[in-house]
Amino acid sequence: MYPLLSSGPATETLRMEKVIVAMQDPDMGMKMRNQRLLITVIPHAMTGKDIIDWLMQNYNINEEESLHLGGFLVQYGYIYPLKEPRCLVLRPDESPYRFQTPYFWTSTRWPVSELDYAIFLAKKNIRKQGELMEYEKERYSVLHKRINHTWDFVVMQAREQLRASKQRRKADRIVTECQEQAYWLINRPPVCPLSPFIETCRRALGRNRVKSSICLEGSYSEQYQNHDPIMQGCLPSNPWISDDTAHWTMNAALVPIPTRLRVERWSFSFMELLSDAMGRQEFMMYLEKEFSAENLCFWQACEEIRHGESSKIVEKVEEIYKNFLAPGAARWVNIDSKTMDKTLEGIKHPHRFVMDDAQMHIYFLMKKDSYPRYLKSDLYKSMLSKAIVPQETKKSVFPFVRRQRHSSPSPAQAAEDSRSKGPQAGSD
Amino acid sequence: ILFIFEQYFCHIVLSPLIPEMATQEVQLNETLAHLKSESESLKSKLEEERAKLHDVELHQVAEKVEGLGQFVMKTRRTLKGHGNKVLCMDWCKDKRRIVSSSQDGKVIVWDAFTTNKEHAVTMPCTWVMACAYAPSGCAVACGGLDNKCSVYPLSLDKNENLAAKKKSVAMHTNYLSACSFTNSDMQILTSSGDGTCALWDVESGQLLQSFHGHAADVLCLDLAPSETGNTFVSGGCDKKANVWDMRSGQCIQSFETHESDINSVRYYPSGDAFASGSDDATCRLYDLRADREVAIYSKESIIFGVSSVDFSLSGRLLFGGYNDYTINVWDVLKGTRVSILFGHENRVSTLRVSPDGTAFSTGSWDHTLRIWA
Repeated sequence: MYPLLSSGPATETLRMEKVIVAMQDPDMGMKMRNQRLLITVIPHAMTGKDIIDWLMQNYNINEEESLHLGGFLVQYGYIYPLKEPRCLVLRPDESPYRFQTPYFWTSTRWPVSELDYAIFLAKKNIRKQGELMEYEKERYSVLHKRINHTWDFVVMQAREQLRASKQRRKADRIVTECQEQAYWLINRPPVCPLSPFIETCRRALGRNRVKSSICLEGSYSEQYQNHDPIMQGCLPSNPWISDDTAHWTMNAALVPIPTRLRVERWSFSFMELLSDAMGRQEFMMYLEKEFSAENLCFWQACEEIRHGESSKIVEKVEEIYKNFLAPGAARWVNIDSKTMDKTLEGIKHPHRFVMDDAQMHIYFLMKKDSYPRYLKSDLYKSMLSKAIVPQETKKSVFPFVRRQRHSSPSPAQAAEDSRSKGPQAGSD
Repeated sequence: ILFIFEQYFCHIVLSPLIPEMATQEVQLNETLAHLKSESESLKSKLEEERAKLHDVELHQVAEKVEGLGQFVMKTRRTLKGHGNKVLCMDWCKDKRRIVSSSQDGKVIVWDAFTTNKEHAVTMPCTWVMACAYAPSGCAVACGGLDNKCSVYPLSLDKNENLAAKKKSVAMHTNYLSACSFTNSDMQILTSSGDGTCALWDVESGQLLQSFHGHAADVLCLDLAPSETGNTFVSGGCDKKANVWDMRSGQCIQSFETHESDINSVRYYPSGDAFASGSDDATCRLYDLRADREVAIYSKESIIFGVSSVDFSLSGRLLFGGYNDYTINVWDVLKGTRVSILFGHENRVSTLRVSPDGTAFSTGSWDHTLRIWA
């Protein structure tokens, strides 16, 4: 991924070469002809316009994209200009171009180490047939495919080196062979840790899979389409386009009256409701009416353990036990006895995940019971009916006059302000 | 006689080395060969199982969905200020602030709406490949060739040097490729060139869990937006995308269909699937319940690798930043390319959709960041 850290020709050059080969295909490739360069006639050439037309037709792309792609073919040296050879630009006109000979393709210019290793393997292969190890045979064939156009060069070099080494003293030759073998033993590509992979495979074979027709049927995208600002726009306007931050102001964490789209989203899933500060607030109010608010409080407290500082785990677990789990606790939560026993046992040695089972139990209780009833409740319905549907901002009469972009207090500022105001300041 | 003795002597001295090395090597290679064949047969059995339940293609299901119209997206802001390649960026939960990091060691916090720079830190290393905004908006994390992930609380005192309050959290044995806070400022998930991912407690710097299983550098990660919030996906140079259980450290699912390094992974908003972008010039979609790849987003004319991907809010669109300086917009359901965006003058290295989906931001080797909407 990072050129400084990778080993091998960039993968795009290989795909580029595929394009170049397709362009030179005898049937479907480009029609080349003689191009005039001043008084000289150059054979097997094409014009910039030819290149662009071919790319447009064969890859079903427009002119802009074709020019962009063709530009890289020239930049990377696979096609070179006959006029102004030092200016590696694709011109969409009658300028003449030619294909570069494969000997000069970028992939062959790759760092010496690949070539060296190929030569080393070729030598071993020539010296004694069948002397290559299993992994070396693999690498040999991979390299043979990858740098196929320089393979003659590789074999030539290997033969030359073998011939030269025969002239040396046997002792030196043996030493050199050992050194080489040792070097490549260390520097060859690392072996994949197979055992963990095999474990994962075995486990994967045992897992339950769902039919594609069921998985893919999901209509998440459709449900959220109206809420996707990039797809459907947003009201009153997209701040990035209009420079007006009204959309953000109207959808701030806690507002007197939320927007309709926002309240609708609470009905999409329980998680949507809980992840919206206002939604959670409303849901809490509802639960209070139903005398089951302790469930949400318990869930929130458990979340704080899961995502909080390691150092506070013990004290938070104690707090939860005192408030929610102990017999006669002020806000006792109703968990099944099996989960309760397991949790109480775990509390003796508190850790980050000790509340997980109990938390999940209460979560699914709320999700299956309180949440659907909340959506049918007057509280929710009235919120939905009084929710705002913002007016779409009419485009400015003077579209070229830019609105002033106002800055906003940074979250770091807000946190500092509430800290300096003291413990009486409201929580976020 | 001297000549013969010399040869004989050298042979005695050197030959013990060769057979020993040879036997060890033979043993090692035999075990390897055995393991290799076992893993190959398991792999093909797994593919068979997966294929059994594959009764329909995504684009077939998507036939009844309405097609998308023309898309007009433009650069709405250009953030200039980095002196070198921008490598990574992340949004603040306030939907307008951004943190970005670059090759020259600079980490900048911007109000992307006004394009004002609010904070700047110079890291002691170059190639800051990873940066992340804390959920509270009060800190940023970053790292790269220093093999660490450090957290900087954002101070508002203009005179205070942010580097003074820096906290070293993660320590890897190779470069840091990605980092992300979990649901709070208290934990960070990292991935590294050392082939592992790790979960850290920010306060103490303690390693909470490590994740082993990639056979090469891990380049990217993303946390699952699930109800139980316990998994994440990572992608690496071994062409694998692995799904992990954060509690146990186990790899629970693995996908290997890409033909080259996976540079970016991102969950579909429902959490049931994730997309990946790779040097093989394709983006792919993997469904977690079907346990297989369900879509490939590619075009013959797209020959450069994908550096980063992200979904629009509804998950209908997939944005990919490419090494040929462009952004391709894909219809996730139908598998077609909706739009191509030009603008950057060098490779797009990072791309993220804003938290409320109103825009997406890109960072590039052309030293700038752009906001598109």
